Amino acid sequence: MNFKLVMLWTDGMIFMLLAVAIAGACWIRQRPHLLLPWKRLFKSRIGMVSLLVLSLFILIGLLDSMHFRVALPDKNGNGQTVYATEVLSVFDALVGDLRSRTEKTYSAPLAVYLYAKESIETADGKILRDYPRLKHGGAHLTDPQNGQVVDVIKRSLYGVFSGWLGGVLLSLLIVSYAAARSRTKVRAWVEARQSTPLNVMLATMVLLAMLIGLTANLAGAYHVLGTDKVGQDVLYLSLKSIRTGLVIGTVTTLVMLPFALFLGIAAGYFRGWMDDVIQYIYTVLSSIPSVLLIAAAVLMMQVTIEKHAEWFSSSVERADLRLLFLCLILGVTSWTGLCRLLRGEALKLRELEYIQAAQSFGVSSLRILSRHILPNVMHIVLIAVVMDFSALVLAEAVLSYVGVGVDPSTNSFGTLINNARLEMGREPMVWWALAAAFGFMLVLVLAANLFADAVRDAFDPRLNRTGDA
Amino acid sequence: MIAYLIRRILYAIPILIGVNLLTFALFFVINTPDDMARMQLGMKRVTPEAIEKWKQQRGYDKPLMFNTVAAGAGKLTDTIFFQKSASMFVFDFGYADDGRSISREIHTRMLPSLVIALPTFVVGLLLYVSFALLMTLFRGTTLDVAGVTLCVLLMSISSLFYIIGGQFIVSKLWHWVPISGYAGGTDSLRFILLPVLIGVVAGIGSSSRWYRTIFLEEVGRDYVRTARAKGLSELRVLFKHVLKNAMIPILTGVVAVIPLLFMGSLLTESFFGIPGLGSYTIDAIQAQDFGVVRAMVFLGSALYIVGLILTDISYTVVDPRVRLQ
Repeated sequence: MNFKLVMLWTDGMIFMLLAVAIAGACWIRQRPHLLLPWKRLFKSRIGMVSLLVLSLFILIGLLDSMHFRVALPDKNGNGQTVYATEVLSVFDALVGDLRSRTEKTYSAPLAVYLYAKESIETADGKILRDYPRLKHGGAHLTDPQNGQVVDVIKRSLYGVFSGWLGGVLLSLLIVSYAAARSRTKVRAWVEARQSTPLNVMLATMVLLAMLIGLTANLAGAYHVLGTDKVGQDVLYLSLKSIRTGLVIGTVTTLVMLPFALFLGIAAGYFRGWMDDVIQYIYTVLSSIPSVLLIAAAVLMMQVTIEKHAEWFSSSVERADLRLLFLCLILGVTSWTGLCRLLRGEALKLRELEYIQAAQSFGVSSLRILSRHILPNVMHIVLIAVVMDFSALVLAEAVLSYVGVGVDPSTNSFGTLINNARLEMGREPMVWWALAAAFGFMLVLVLAANLFADAVRDAFDPRLNRTGDA
Repeated sequence: MIAYLIRRILYAIPILIGVNLLTFALFFVINTPDDMARMQLGMKRVTPEAIEKWKQQRGYDKPLMFNTVAAGAGKLTDTIFFQKSASMFVFDFGYADDGRSISREIHTRMLPSLVIALPTFVVGLLLYVSFALLMTLFRGTTLDVAGVTLCVLLMSISSLFYIIGGQFIVSKLWHWVPISGYAGGTDSLRFILLPVLIGVVAGIGSSSRWYRTIFLEEVGRDYVRTARAKGLSELRVLFKHVLKNAMIPILTGVVAVIPLLFMGSLLTESFFGIPGLGSYTIDAIQAQDFGVVRAMVFLGSALYIVGLILTDISYTVVDPRVRLQ
C-alpha cells in the first residue's frame, strides 16, 4: 500500500519534545549528581505506577501523532498517484475498523439494538416500530436475546486471559533481559530488588495488559462505550482525545519555558531597570483574569484564521494550526507564575558566595547565568512543568466549553463533553459519552497529579531526607 | 499608611494603562475593524457598504490613534483609541452589540454574581481551613494519608463534572432544588443552594491540600516546640499559634480574590442560568461581542489590582510587625 507521510505542526512539536527528553536523559545518565533525584523518584511506588499509566497514554498519543495519507487506487490509469484527502494516523491503522464502524445514532455500551425506535419492514411486508439491530455492534449474533450475555462473558474472559498471558510474558522478557545484562541469575536479580517498586510495576503492567486485552477483544464485536449522536464509537473518540490533551499539556510548557526562564532569571540576576521592566510586564499580564485574556486572544485568532483561509490546504491542517495557536496563547498567558518563582530564586542565588566568587574572578554574566544559576533553578522548572500538565488538561475541557478551545472538528475531551452535555436530559438518559470523557480525563489527570507529587518529593531540596542513597 | 496607599494607587495606573494598551493592540491592531466586520457579517458576499455600516454603528469608522482630518483636540479625541480604550478609565464602556449600555448591565448583574460567589467563598474558606487543620492534627496517621489521597482524587476531577454531576444527582434524581434559574429576594435561596454547594465541593481538593502544606510548614517551627514544651495541648497549639502564624500565607492567596468575586464564575453562572457577570461574559464570548469582552478584561484587571492593595492592608491587620510606609 502506498502512502504519503504528513507532518502536522503539532506532530513536529511532539517529536521535538520527545527528542529533547531522550537527549536530556542520556545527558543526565552520565552525571551522578544529577542522577540522584531521579533515583529517588524511581524508588517511589506511587510515582512509578503513575508513570507507567502515563506512558500508556503517551504511547497512544505518539502513535496518534504519526500521520499519513493513503494512496487511492489508480482509476484513470495515467500513472499519477492521487492521495486521499483524509489524514490518518498510525493509531487509526492499528485500531482497524473501529473508526469506520459507525451506527445510525446513539447506542448504549455493548448494546445490540439502536437507542431509538424505527420503522422496520418485516419479511411479510408489514411495517413495525421497534428498536432495529445495530449494523456492527453484536452483528455476529443470531439470537441476541439469549446469546448476548454469554457471548460478552466469553469474550471478556478470553480477552482478560490473553491480556494476562501477554503481560506475564512481557514482564518475564523484561526481567530476564535485565538480569542477563547485569550477568546475574533471574531469581537473584529479582530478590535484590525487593525494596524497589519493581513488583508493583510488574503487577500494574499485567493489570494494564489485562485491561487492554479485555477492551480490545470486546471492541472487535461491540461498541464497548456505546456510540454518540452520529453513531461514532465513543471508545475511539476518547482514545483520539488523548493526543489533544497531551499536546496541550506539553507544547504549552514548551512555549512558556523560554519566557519564564530567560525573563525570570534575567530579572533576578541583573536587577535594576531590567527587573522593573520585566516585573511590569508580568504584573500587567497576570492582572488580567486568565480566562478572559485567553478568550480575547482566541477570538482574535479566529478572525485571523478566517481572514487567511489560503494558509491551509486542508481542514485538518487548519484544525491543527488552531490547536498550535491555542497552545501558544496558553503559553504566553501562563508564564508569569513560574517567572515570578524563578526571579525570587535568582535573587537569592546571586547573593551566594560561589556566585560572588565567580563575579570577582571576572566570569562573564552570560557564563554565570548558564553555568551557575540555570542548573540551580532546574528543579523548580521541572516541578512546575509536571504540575502544570494536569491543570492544562483540565483547562482544555473548560475552554472548549466556553467556546474558545480547540476546533470543533478536533477530537478532545472538551469537545466530547460539549457535545454530550445536553444528552443527560434525554429519556432514557444518554450517559456513556460523558462518562467516557470524564473517566479517561480522571485517569490521565490523576496519574499526572500523582506523578507530579512524586517528582516534587524527589526534587525539592527543602524537604529534609534521611538515608539518601 | 495614607501615603503608602496613595503611592500604591498611583502605581496601579501604569499597570492599567498597560492592560488598556494590550487589549487595544489585541482587538484593533492585530485585526482591523474591517476584518471583524467581515467575520461577523459572514465571510462571503459582504458589500463594502455593509462593512461601513457595521463600523459606523459601533463607532469603529474612525482612525486608530491619530485623526488628521479633525481640528484641534479632535485630532486625538476623535479616534478609536480615545473613544473605545481611553474612555474605560472613567468606566465608560460604551454599548454592547444589542444596543444596551455595558455599564448599566454590569451594574445590574453584579448582585446576582455576588449572591452566588460570596457564600461559596466564605463557606469554602471555612471548610477548607478546618479540613486542613484536621489533617494537620492527625498528620502522619492513616487519617492524614486518606485525607491527602481524597484531596488528590478530588482535584483530578474536571470542574465540569462537578457541575453536570451535581445538577444530575441533586436536581434530577432527588428533586431537591430547581436545576437552574434565578429569582431575586428571599426566593433566591432555592436557586443559590446548589451552585454554592457545587462551588464549595469543587474547591476542596486543591485548597485543602494547599492549606495543609502551609500548616505543616508552620508546625515544624521552633515556636511550636516551645508552645508544646510549655505544656499546651495540641489543639491549643494549632488554633492559638499555628493558625495565627499561618495567616500571612493564607491571606496572600485569599484577599486578592475578594474583589474578583464581583465578576462571578463563568461556568457556574452559565450552567445554572444565573443572570450575573459570569454568564454575561460567556454569552459575549460566544456571540463574539468584542466590546463586552474588552470591558470585562479591563474591569477584571482593575478589580485584581484592588485585591493586591487590599492584601497589603490585610497584612497590617494580622501581623503587627508589618508597617506600610
